[in-house]
Amino acid sequence: MNSFSYVSAPDLDTALRTIANTEDVKFLAGGTNLVDLMREGIERPGTVVDITRLPLTGIEELPDGGIRVGALVSNSRLAADPVIRTRYPVLARAILLGASAQLRNMATVGGNLLQRTRCLYFYDDVAACNKRTPGSGCDAIGGFSRSSAVLGASEHCIATHPSDMAVALAMLDAVIEVQSLHGTRQIPIAEFHRVPGDTPQIETVLAADELITAVTLPPVPVAANSHYRKVRDRASYAFALVSVAAALAVEGGVVAEVRIALGGVGTKPWRAVEAERVLLGGPATEEAFARAAEAELAAAVGGPQNAFKIELARRTIVATLRQLMVEGNPA
Amino acid sequence: MTTIGQPLDRVDGGVKTTGAAKFSAEHGYPGLTHAVMVHATISRGRITALHTDQASAVPGVVAVLTHLNAPALKPAPKPGTFNFTIWFSGTSVNYLQTDEVHWEGQPIAVVVAETSAAAREAAALVRAEYTVAESAVDFAAAEDGAPPQPNNSYFPRGAKRGDAEAALAAAPVALELRYTTPPYNHNALELHATTAIWDGDQLTIHDPTQSIDWFRTHLALRFGVAMTNVRVLAPFVGGAFGGKFAIWPGTILAALAARATSRPVRLALSREAVYRTVGGRTPSIQRVALGAERDGKLTSLVHTSVTRNGRIGGNFEQVTSASQHLYAAENILARHHVVQLDLLPNTFMRAPGESIGTFALESAIDELAYQLGIDPIELRLRNETAVDPIDGKKKFSHRRLPELYALGAERFGWPERNPEPRSTRDGRWLVGTGVATAFHPALMMPVNVTVRLSADGRVLLRCAFQEMGMGGATAQAQITADALGVPFDAVRVEYGDSTLPMGPAAAASLQTASIAASVIQACEELKQTLKAMARTTGGDSHEEILRQAKVPHVEAVIGSDTRLGRIAGRVRFLPKFIRSSQQWVKAASGVQFCEVRVDADTGETRVSRWVGVFDIGTVVNAKLAASQLRGGIVMGLGMAMAEETLVDPRTGRIMNPSLAEYHVPVHADVPPIDVSFLGDPDPNMPLGIVGAGEVGVTGVAAAVANAVYHATGTRVRDLPITLDKLL
Amino acid sequence: MEIELRINGSAQRLDISPQVSLLDALREYLGLTGTKKGCDQGACGACTVLADGQRINACLALAVQYQGREITTIEGVDHPLQAAFIRTDGFQCGYCTSGQICSAIGMLAEHKDGAPSAATEDLAATSEELDDDEIRERMSGNLCRCGAYNGIVSAIKEVAK
Repeated sequence: MNSFSYVSAPDLDTALRTIANTEDVKFLAGGTNLVDLMREGIERPGTVVDITRLPLTGIEELPDGGIRVGALVSNSRLAADPVIRTRYPVLARAILLGASAQLRNMATVGGNLLQRTRCLYFYDDVAACNKRTPGSGCDAIGGFSRSSAVLGASEHCIATHPSDMAVALAMLDAVIEVQSLHGTRQIPIAEFHRVPGDTPQIETVLAADELITAVTLPPVPVAANSHYRKVRDRASYAFALVSVAAALAVEGGVVAEVRIALGGVGTKPWRAVEAERVLLGGPATEEAFARAAEAELAAAVGGPQNAFKIELARRTIVATLRQLMVEGNPA
Repeated sequence: MTTIGQPLDRVDGGVKTTGAAKFSAEHGYPGLTHAVMVHATISRGRITALHTDQASAVPGVVAVLTHLNAPALKPAPKPGTFNFTIWFSGTSVNYLQTDEVHWEGQPIAVVVAETSAAAREAAALVRAEYTVAESAVDFAAAEDGAPPQPNNSYFPRGAKRGDAEAALAAAPVALELRYTTPPYNHNALELHATTAIWDGDQLTIHDPTQSIDWFRTHLALRFGVAMTNVRVLAPFVGGAFGGKFAIWPGTILAALAARATSRPVRLALSREAVYRTVGGRTPSIQRVALGAERDGKLTSLVHTSVTRNGRIGGNFEQVTSASQHLYAAENILARHHVVQLDLLPNTFMRAPGESIGTFALESAIDELAYQLGIDPIELRLRNETAVDPIDGKKKFSHRRLPELYALGAERFGWPERNPEPRSTRDGRWLVGTGVATAFHPALMMPVNVTVRLSADGRVLLRCAFQEMGMGGATAQAQITADALGVPFDAVRVEYGDSTLPMGPAAAASLQTASIAASVIQACEELKQTLKAMARTTGGDSHEEILRQAKVPHVEAVIGSDTRLGRIAGRVRFLPKFIRSSQQWVKAASGVQFCEVRVDADTGETRVSRWVGVFDIGTVVNAKLAASQLRGGIVMGLGMAMAEETLVDPRTGRIMNPSLAEYHVPVHADVPPIDVSFLGDPDPNMPLGIVGAGEVGVTGVAAAVANAVYHATGTRVRDLPITLDKLL
Repeated sequence: MEIELRINGSAQRLDISPQVSLLDALREYLGLTGTKKGCDQGACGACTVLADGQRINACLALAVQYQGREITTIEGVDHPLQAAFIRTDGFQCGYCTSGQICSAIGMLAEHKDGAPSAATEDLAATSEELDDDEIRERMSGNLCRCGAYNGIVSAIKEVAK
């Protein structure tokens, strides 16, 4: 790890001022990703601003029935929150299926959104990686790419977004609240993460002087019947090969409302809008689920090692919707 | 009262549950410095420039050692018939002595600093330039034309009986199968770490070695000092599994850095550095061909393998070891092929050869059973043998496989199984069961011990063996207590220090039996001494005899620790050992029963039930032996389900040098494992003990693969059995 | 820089660089080597300690960041789990043991507080029984390469009763 200056921000204003006026600076919250990346030499900030003392730790119910979650709420606290567990079970389960209890105790909501890819070549500073060193190439292409993305990839980068929580947030249309000295912005999660294109080093629309302060969950009644299914190589403590966040309401055998997002397959948390479009207003049958999955994955591109994810994603989407049919619509 | 067989608690439980047990990176010394290695990033070539200025400028850096300024180091000795030390050098490279690079990851510099943070920061700043030479790092591409393993004293290139290929061609039923296994790494939780202190020509070294004696000999040789000048301390080893058996660069470079800086040096490897500088298990490509009559009687068994080694040495993987002894085929061919690549060499990893060899063999037997429509246990019983199949003459010292199968089948509920593949379903899960045989040869080594009996009734056993979790001190205390007829609590065991009498290596499942042989001999001598004393002084109990003789203690010394004494010990030991090996096949064996559940949609596989029944001869401590066998099974589950070291065939670089990306089993992967023993002593082993350290891992991957086939109808012949292979 | 940590109930002053992790501060500066390093990247759990009673990975915690928090390491633990681990043989080499014990203490507290896990079928339920599946899932952040998992689960079950 390189040497750096450490600043503990006593309040939001100091934090924002420091980040605006310092070169090579990074916010530090839970540290579960940043400290690891610094130790690997992937991140080399000159200054680290510790924001853990900022008062961004509330979970508040909003008048419209939504929830506002402070950026520094720990993953485990959010997952254990009674309101989240009953109104947004997909979010609680997505968090609980990520990492380990120790890491969830440390990691924050804001940090989770900014988690960086686990691509083996991004993590290895000897390899070529356009995300780490723009213009250096991509050794994952033609290399070990079993975990790589099949949706949203480019010839410059095929790295998967690793977060589970963000997949559930994508399904829920969460809004990311960010602040800088210039004020506050509300960014819908669909617009927050970027696909790599020819600038894979730019992963989000967050500006260099901005801090995530909160995440707002709109009221999503259908989320009461929602589920997060994560498919991975170990029974626990492993990143997703494929994950599906889904919510389903069926009325008279017809899909009245449906939301689907995918993890492990995309270069960003992947809202399956095409699948939703195919399903909405149509029959809630296994065949329809399969057609919807096909439609979403029509654009997927697999290589020799990760093409299985396309079939796996199709099957996992169908299995998750099938489960929601049974659970949410008891015969 | 006898203590042997009782499930006593470990004697080191207290220090291990309070954090008091100190491992090799945990010893403080005044003026201690911290060292970090810098690794080559090419697989073969020469260093043309090393830029160390930036590293040297980091505050706290004491030295940056490279081939340009490191003290001289003697090369690793060449192999010879009686020279075990070549096994002991992980590679033949003489580190920091030349500009040559032999593998991707080879240490090319060592940074020594006042703090570990400064050493790590500085090591990341060392820049190297190279001329790159042509290298071969792609194992799959090297398969064709892989030469046969050269014969040597320890590992013959293969074995045959009859004409297996001809018998295969003539067999009414024949199977020709190809299996592959990926490279594995040990991943002991304790990272390799060495703390080295020179005082003049005296070296004190803390290192988690599995073989204190060979380790000391090797270091003395490399640093040109007398063996007695080297003191090795390894009271606690945080897991090893073969990965701490040979000497790897970190150990040598810690001692070299301490010599160069005249400061105590601690070189604690990062997880990545362990992957880059400590060998793992070779990948394998295996051919198993079986010829059989329609009733299942094997007429031909062919098992050949291709594995890899380093161009710079390494250990041979005896892949067909079990195939030569398990089934009564009249024609057997076992052959090994080894390619030499520009990679970190293969080293010992729990049941080298048998672990991956039994995957192929025991999968193939299952495939034959399905082909013939015979129950897989019944097929094995029809090919059970009274003599060593490969030799046709040698007898088994102790072989009870039919009994093990009967016991295991009952405990597991095997008879209730519907043999039809994909026939059992529980909700979203396809359920399957599988079985496989476990087998691992039993070996011995000469061991020196002293046993001292004091007038206060206390007994002290001293022996420089290693404790890496097997429970050696507990087991030897039980053996000593019973041999002398004293309470278990009266016995104290000193181990893990080279100033103690020469111990065996903690390898090849031989430690417990080898020490037991000498302990029993020592205790017999003590009893004779006491008897003789009692004739003149009188007294009934040990304590009384010694008190009345006014002798504070009596001691029995087995073996001599002088250089000549050790050679004499080996000379006495070897003929007996060789004679016994020519007469008997000695081995631990077992049966592994497995139930898996495979998600019908996603192919996610969970092992839901396990029954293992083992014949390890006398069970010294039922609790600890069961733990060791469970540990082997858990490692086998890792092999079966997820483990794989990813070596990029384009560069030779390991791309997943981390516990995040190399998946060892976690709690949630491991079901309750039912372990039981036959408990019947082996008549030709000391106290009837056969080792338990490795047999547990054998057969596991095959049992899982067989269960997955039963569950899904899909046969996976390429480990690991990841879900993409089941879609 | 000068920092002050509260470890096992007492204040410890240290002069360290901000790079130093809580784990290295414990092991290399305070001589508290009971907390182990197995990966230094949050992938094995050997470094698990309790911060204000919550289990965390000390390897991913910068020491400087944990000023003012009450840190408990294995050296400060006196808990029935320790004897239970010995009885059930919940370890072999002993290297992961400190982390397993600290993690289990944190886990039992989480369960008592009603926190769910990925093994919890009904997330809306306030408390589920701590059965084998729950223990295994909740403890999956602690690797044991010796494979003593069965013994660890038994020890925890014994104490949770």
